[in-house]
Amino acid sequence: MLQIPMWKRVLIWSTCALALLFAVPNLFYDRVEQHNDAVAMIEAGQGNAALEDARARWPAFLPSLLVNLGLDLRGGAHLLAEVRVADVYADRIDGMWPAVRDRLRDERDIVGAVRRMPSDDPGELRVRIANTAATDQAAGFVRDLAQPTQSMAGFSQAQDLEVRVDGEDIVVTLSEAERLATDERTMRLSLEIIRRRVDEAGTREPTIQRQGADRILIQVPGIGSAEELKALIGTTARLTFHPVVNVTSNPDQVPGPRQVIYPSLDEAGTYYILEQTPVVTGEQLVDAQPGMDQNNRPAVNFRFNPSGGRAFGIYTAENIGNPFAIVLDGEVISAPVIQSHIPGGSGIITGRFTVEETSQLAVLLRAGALPAEMDFLEERTVGPELGQDSIDAGRTAAIVAMVAVLAFMVASYGIFGVIANIALLLNISMIFALLSLIGATLTLPGIAGIVLTIGMAVDATVLIFERIREEMRTAKGPARAIELGYDKALSAILDANITTFITALILFAMGSGPVRGFAITLGLGILTSVFTALMVTRLMMVIYFERKRPKTLVI
Amino acid sequence: MRLKLVPQDTSIDFFRHWKTTFGASVVAMVLSIVAFAVMGLNFGIDFRGGTSIRTEAQAPVDIAQYRAAVMPLGFGDVAITEVFDPAFGADRNVAMVRIQAQEGTEAITTEQISAVRAALQELDPTLTFAAVDSVGPKVSGELIQSAVISVVLALAAVLFYIWLRFEWQFSVGAVAALVHDIVLTIGIFSVLQIRFDLAIIAALLTIVGYSLNDTVVVFDRVRENLIKYKKRPLKEVLTLSINETLSRTVMTSVTTLLALLALFILGGDVIRGFVFAMIWGVIVGTYSSVFVASAVLLRLGVKRDWSKNSGDTSGTQFGVKEG
Repeated sequence: MLQIPMWKRVLIWSTCALALLFAVPNLFYDRVEQHNDAVAMIEAGQGNAALEDARARWPAFLPSLLVNLGLDLRGGAHLLAEVRVADVYADRIDGMWPAVRDRLRDERDIVGAVRRMPSDDPGELRVRIANTAATDQAAGFVRDLAQPTQSMAGFSQAQDLEVRVDGEDIVVTLSEAERLATDERTMRLSLEIIRRRVDEAGTREPTIQRQGADRILIQVPGIGSAEELKALIGTTARLTFHPVVNVTSNPDQVPGPRQVIYPSLDEAGTYYILEQTPVVTGEQLVDAQPGMDQNNRPAVNFRFNPSGGRAFGIYTAENIGNPFAIVLDGEVISAPVIQSHIPGGSGIITGRFTVEETSQLAVLLRAGALPAEMDFLEERTVGPELGQDSIDAGRTAAIVAMVAVLAFMVASYGIFGVIANIALLLNISMIFALLSLIGATLTLPGIAGIVLTIGMAVDATVLIFERIREEMRTAKGPARAIELGYDKALSAILDANITTFITALILFAMGSGPVRGFAITLGLGILTSVFTALMVTRLMMVIYFERKRPKTLVI
Repeated sequence: MRLKLVPQDTSIDFFRHWKTTFGASVVAMVLSIVAFAVMGLNFGIDFRGGTSIRTEAQAPVDIAQYRAAVMPLGFGDVAITEVFDPAFGADRNVAMVRIQAQEGTEAITTEQISAVRAALQELDPTLTFAAVDSVGPKVSGELIQSAVISVVLALAAVLFYIWLRFEWQFSVGAVAALVHDIVLTIGIFSVLQIRFDLAIIAALLTIVGYSLNDTVVVFDRVRENLIKYKKRPLKEVLTLSINETLSRTVMTSVTTLLALLALFILGGDVIRGFVFAMIWGVIVGTYSSVFVASAVLLRLGVKRDWSKNSGDTSGTQFGVKEG
């Protein structure tokens, strides 16, 4: 008959109590959020009275996990970037030239003079040797340079270079396996650098995720606009130091082989012709700080790592009196003349900077250069006011919806309506508790999902009540009617909820952003509403029955 | 006194006019498809690419002036609509400015957004951009693809699940009802030209879930009654099952509609289209589980002898059987 063992009762009630406990912080959102921020800052070693005060505003023994608010509710910026992974191939293959040249020079007796040929495809290196009869043999020498591909899983069987003979040229390209491994490294590095840059800017809970093969999703709450975010992460910040060949005012002047022409950042109409291969690059920097030069103009101080410092030292010693270009993302910041040998591996970049520009440049240099440029495929900005409006509107709508449904249930089922309502309130608490525990993000469609759950959660309870009503008519007594009601409604409840849950799963798997937020609340709502309908209302019905022992049920 | 939306015992003959109701559904579906073919959907930037800017200003929105300010910037087609919401005061005037995807670029550039902002602020210095969304053609193409795939996947998964739990005739009936609901929803969106974006796909799938919920509850009762009344004609069993579950069907639809109406009126303009789709879906879905799903089941007929294959995968039932 109607019996629920004690351990089951304890389990059900403690689940409900836990749900309430973990849902509660969300009722005091601002306070708990300030508490959490204060705790994080105090742990980071920045204690002060205001922080202590903020921390004390929420008791430490209570849970402090909160539902994350999505960008559409909090305001902020969302970017979807595609990394031009293929750009890196060109750099890699370009870097192979000295090794190829040296290898062939070792075999000068066989191959004769070695020349690099121009190529339309930047991802390949074309080499021609004087003794064309030995081309195949020379290709074999170059092939010796290939090394096993280094991937995340370790070394693999595949070689990193592919060498073929095309007419009189020896063509060197990266192998397919090496390209994949390079893509992987490029993406990891890009993610890492974006994360460092966003963290340096000090915003709260940014989301930086890789999506698919070559995309990165960046969501930063609280930032003013997507443009700001793009300025922060979209700059490659590739710093290089090149020997200067010539200065010109003609932008169309054709540079010599292995030379490039870059415009000046400050002086319009001035162009520098530089050696293409840099002496040192920003990757060899260990530190960069904003500062002032001797004339009290804003500047950036930097320091090289030992290998960079050595290369820089040797070059400056050998080229006293020659100009030396500091290039950032294809523009010449300045081209000072080397006054003396600079042995310590540190230096200063001066230009027409403002103080803000120097501190931003220092941040970018410290975080490192992005390995490749990015294209932005999608960007969204939500202003904080609009987000707050949406929260307010969603909250009002949810409360009104709740009150309407609660009143309707009491009007329809009387005391049993109250039981259904308690279950509904517990249900909503459970959704919030679960959202907080798994760190899910609540979006505006997510709020709609909760409101929909309010409407649909009563469905399972209604199915049971209607069934009990029917069973009462066959007059088997209230206890039997309740039991049969639950048993017979079970099949319909499970089938109906499993099918809806399937759609929620598909939405979660296929959807993105707000749609996914909706799928999460809908899916969690289904789980919790089945639990409350089958366990919680049943327990309450049994308790009601044990207390009152009614002869009949007016349901 | 208890509120009772449906009397205790009903015996409404739902299939008396089945030709009329079924015919009406077919006509409505055909009209929806025609509307979709002729008028098309008012796709949001999620699906067509481009940029949409939500502006807020203190002065009233003058669409002609806004257009005159933005057109000279040379972005091609610019669509401007005013947004109304009861929550907005007189000094809060909201408009949506939609710029088509620009040739050769993915997302809009910083300079382009600044240019639009400068042009509009010249009209009204209080104007601000409350939200900016920009989606490149590459992503919008993928979003269409994944939206279509998710709807088809959802239908297939449901078809499979119901076939597993019931019989194939039930499965066809349920999916016929779902297709009916989706087609009618797309139809109303093309007739009313409500913006169709990513959130509407979520709404469509929720409609699928809701309509299915309804259908499954009726079917579950049909299955039970088929076992109980082995000799009664299918039509009678179906009518009985629908009548027995009618009270629940109406109760759940009413509570869900109550919640959705609250959201529609008070939830703000950002999700109004989304909520509208769901309200429409609840109404159409409730209708279709009776007049489409069950009618299809009636036409297809169903195996009557369930007693012999109780251990079989088809037609198994959760829970305790009678006895």
